[in-house]
Amino acid sequence: MPGLDYITDPLQYEFMRRALLEVILMGAVTGTIGTYVVLRGLSFIGDALSHAIFPGVVLAFLIGAGIFWGALVFGILTSAAIAVVATNRRVKEDSAIGVLFVGSFALGIVLISSSKNFTRDLTSFLFGNVLGVTTNDIILSAVAGVVVILLIVLLYKELLITSFDRAAAQAMGLPVFWLDLLLLVMISLTIVVSLRAVGNILVVAMLVTPAATARLLTDRLPVMMVVSASIGVIAGVTGLYISYWNDVAAGGTIVLVATAIFGLVWIFAPQHGYVTTRLLRRRLATDLAETRVVFESPEIQRH
Amino acid sequence: MTLPATSPPPVDHEDCLVIRDLTVAYGNKVVLNGVQADIRRGQVVGIVGPNGGGKSTLLKAILGIAPVVDGTVFLFGKPAAKMRSRIAYVPQREEVEWDFPVTVMDVAMMGRYPRTQWLRRPGQHDRQVVHDMLAKVDMVDYSGTQIGQLSGGQQQRVFIARALAQEADVLLLDEPMNGIDATTQEIIMAVIEEQRLAGKIVLLATHDLVSASCACDCLCCVNERMVSYGPLAETYTPANLAETYGGPVIMLGPAKGGDELPHTHHVGDHAHHHHEHENLGSEHN
Repeated sequence: MPGLDYITDPLQYEFMRRALLEVILMGAVTGTIGTYVVLRGLSFIGDALSHAIFPGVVLAFLIGAGIFWGALVFGILTSAAIAVVATNRRVKEDSAIGVLFVGSFALGIVLISSSKNFTRDLTSFLFGNVLGVTTNDIILSAVAGVVVILLIVLLYKELLITSFDRAAAQAMGLPVFWLDLLLLVMISLTIVVSLRAVGNILVVAMLVTPAATARLLTDRLPVMMVVSASIGVIAGVTGLYISYWNDVAAGGTIVLVATAIFGLVWIFAPQHGYVTTRLLRRRLATDLAETRVVFESPEIQRH
Repeated sequence: MTLPATSPPPVDHEDCLVIRDLTVAYGNKVVLNGVQADIRRGQVVGIVGPNGGGKSTLLKAILGIAPVVDGTVFLFGKPAAKMRSRIAYVPQREEVEWDFPVTVMDVAMMGRYPRTQWLRRPGQHDRQVVHDMLAKVDMVDYSGTQIGQLSGGQQQRVFIARALAQEADVLLLDEPMNGIDATTQEIIMAVIEEQRLAGKIVLLATHDLVSASCACDCLCCVNERMVSYGPLAETYTPANLAETYGGPVIMLGPAKGGDELPHTHHVGDHAHHHHEHENLGSEHN
């Protein structure tokens, strides 16, 4: 049974303290913005964005610029492309996005294959390398995270009505195109922030899983955001510790913990969980059976 | 989309919703053509016509969210696109994300958003207005309920409360009577009447000719073009409705036993219009 040193022991290392800070930031931001990813059905778009950002990361890495900025530029360009494609209702949106962004991902792989440490670099971009986080990375994550969360809070009512009732938002004269684009850029920013912690492939899980879990637990948007962010942080911290003590990949472990939390909540959630739903159905069946007896008895006597 | 300001509105239309030559096209397909209407304060206008005839499109064009290719909409002498906060809109129920984690209170509060600045939160006065409007549609008891857990009629009442909370001058209702219960229908009819008496403009898109003939002063008949616009006495006629729907229409008048079909009801002075369904008998036979 792990004691207190299970928690304190890893903290003696500078790299673990930095990693811990990074996963906390990542969990909070992905969890919060993930609420909109889930509610607006943007999981696929999030996936596409993370792939499209990849060549930006690689390019910036190869020319020695900060990968944060490379990823950000590609993220914004891609967001704009998606927002424009989405306004044209005749284009089969999902196919277009699928074709473009898997292509863009391939470009990233070809680019990085010219690097001397091809396999190691590729692995760290795809699956994260949270133990290699620098202080600079943490500062960028913190700034980006604060910007994203601040925008979500300040634009609460605008983002809410655009997502819930688009026609009404347009009727009010809200610039729905720009709000959509802003949301996509915020998701891009979040993906960039998460690259170090969980990497390019697994980040979609952090955008979707905590928020989907939170949706099972509440019917209120602000509560959903807080719960989702908390689950993101809990999964990040727990995953990091498990990976440290068992010497397995941090990114994968973090996502597995999030998935496990989702599984537990899906089964045991007080209102929308599997167990509750089954119990309520059984009770309903019993009630119906009892009522039926009351109605049937006189019939039987009459015969 | 901003409407091209081709011609300034006439001076005597300062108190009207004025629609001129309004034409809407999706891509290069014209879906609604040549709508003309002058709608005064206190008038209730029914927009009727077959499915796909352009009823919803007309409402969206007034709001400036349909692709208008020609024509103008002026409200009280100004382009309607610049008067959006004074136009309240109840969209069709199909267009809303019912699973969204918002409560009845949250939804009704959205009616206050056009009156709340960017980055600001609604305040105490807004909450009071929203509470009053929810009371008006008998939904206060459900304030904390998630919107998707209500019946269709209850959801519609919340959307009516949201529109009322905007305290607008124009109310646009898109098929509010679809799939709702009798109580909700009564409440909606009462709200429309109250708006009329308060001097508001109400546009009611509906395929239900009975409720249109009960609630409205005028009809705007559309079928990819405007077929006719005018008081019930002129438009609620077999000939006109047959032209609108492209075939004979069975007209059921407002329920009053023993009436002959078809009938219309008298449209008097709009400001003092009452729902006395005077039978003008067979003048159209």
